[in-house]
Amino acid sequence: MSALRELLAGDPAVVLTRHRSLLVKSRQRQAAQIGVPAAFMCLTMFAVWWLGISSAQIGSGLRELVKFAALMLPPSTGGHLRLFAHAMGETLAIAFLGTLSAAVLALPLGLFAAKNTTPSLALRFAIRRLLDTIRGIDTLIWALVFVGVVGLGPFAGILAIAVSDTGSFGKLFSEAIEAARAHERESVIACGGTQWMGIRFGLLPQVLPVIASLVLYFFESNTRSATIIGIVGAGGIGLQLSEQIRTYDFDQVSFIILLILAAVASIDWASGRLRAAMIGRRPGTA
Amino acid sequence: MTVGVPTLPRHRQAQLLAAYEREVTRRRLQWFAVLGALAVLIAVAGQWGEVEPGNLLHHLSGLTSYFGRIMPRLRVAHFAADVADWYWNFFGWLKLLFDTVLIAYLATLAGTLGAAVLAFPAAANLAPSLSLRWCVKRLLEFCRTVPDLVFALMFVAALGLGPLAGVLAIGIHSFGTLGKLFTEVVENIDMKPVDGVRSTGGRFAEIVRYGALPQVLPNLASYALLRFEINVRASAIVGFVGAGGIGQDLFVAIRKFYYSDVSAILLLIIVTVSVIDLLTEKIRHRLMPVERIR
Repeated sequence: MSALRELLAGDPAVVLTRHRSLLVKSRQRQAAQIGVPAAFMCLTMFAVWWLGISSAQIGSGLRELVKFAALMLPPSTGGHLRLFAHAMGETLAIAFLGTLSAAVLALPLGLFAAKNTTPSLALRFAIRRLLDTIRGIDTLIWALVFVGVVGLGPFAGILAIAVSDTGSFGKLFSEAIEAARAHERESVIACGGTQWMGIRFGLLPQVLPVIASLVLYFFESNTRSATIIGIVGAGGIGLQLSEQIRTYDFDQVSFIILLILAAVASIDWASGRLRAAMIGRRPGTA
Repeated sequence: MTVGVPTLPRHRQAQLLAAYEREVTRRRLQWFAVLGALAVLIAVAGQWGEVEPGNLLHHLSGLTSYFGRIMPRLRVAHFAADVADWYWNFFGWLKLLFDTVLIAYLATLAGTLGAAVLAFPAAANLAPSLSLRWCVKRLLEFCRTVPDLVFALMFVAALGLGPLAGVLAIGIHSFGTLGKLFTEVVENIDMKPVDGVRSTGGRFAEIVRYGALPQVLPNLASYALLRFEINVRASAIVGFVGAGGIGQDLFVAIRKFYYSDVSAILLLIIVTVSVIDLLTEKIRHRLMPVERIR
């Protein structure tokens, strides 16, 4: 054994003949190794040319960005602390109410989109396509639409988040419902319960922790979305942010960004604690 | 044949029932507490968010009629003419959609390359120095938390209107999210090849190239493709603030109440996004055969 190892280590030619397939790349692999990066390069160059991105623009833009970054320090409230704090509270209110209403709207839709609670194929299909369409349209587009319908202000933002998340929640809830065990529901019905009782006592207790955790998770992500929908006039801190950028008050921009980072971090922390507490309280459902 | 159901003695039954009642009451109280807290929060948030249900009811007919109005008028009698009228600017929009996809492509590429370079020094099992790792992680966190639209606003102010601002904004945001995902992938690799390269005296670059990269490449490619799907959606939006793509036209159409244009552009976006989703899903399944996904 040791003699063989010495022979292998001593003579590269022996190693090469024994492990040719490992050491010499096949022609196909070689071609792929050159071809794939080359294809990416070509596509990138084409995209840069098509979009009219010039190196001069990049150069002057970078210089401009460095100037902005210098203007950002130190962050300052510019005497608008109350205004910014109120706008941040508005953002949190939008995220909270939007997520909550979406969850309330989506629960029945989820039941109607799940295979085990809705036997009718046509109804299920219709609800699912409805949810797909709602989901296909971005929150910001919904926000623009609702600004047109109910006017400028946070209420439009709440409606935008409520509608667009109804689409995502409906899909996720229906998946959670389909993944639930059937035994509990069957036994409720076997004891003489109605279909509704089967859902209420056999199904909902199983899916409620999943739903609660999803809702919390979306609340976190909606805090981020709610910071930007203000840019189209749907309330919250985004309006202040875009105003300060447009007027080149970059020290206030950096203050608002820090405010957003702090708010998002604290919401993440709080909802993480809440989720852990919920899952911990109901052992076996995590 | 009769089966006797064993019954508990009276006093024992009463005890158990009382315990059950107590437990139910406790849970009910818990629920009431949660609902009460929620109600208070809703009231506070409603006050803060200027919720006016009356306003919504007042505008509800406006909402339904809005969706009625953005629907195109398609009549069977002259269907082709109606469609042509609906999509009067079809080729203009197609060009903008192509722009949108290219913006997403460039942004995904930039974000992926940046994240792939920085994921190795940020991974706990490979990081050459702790302080470098800390700095990289904070940088990724920052890029991830600031929304891409905020970056877009800032880049439009710095670089002027146009797709470059969109590419950079989406690219930086992708860099943040992909960096986190890639780092987690690298932290889960099999360390034996890494130790092998290290034992022969390999430096950090060689350890990464020969020990780690071959293991993570399919995963990275799969995440990058997934990100591309998300970025196509994002690049359809950055046009709202003037950062290129179809968003600009959609913004104008919604703002100026060009009703049928809104539905035409929305439909185009939805179709494009679903086609790209299908394509990338196919590629991802080829990259990672189902049995290899853990």
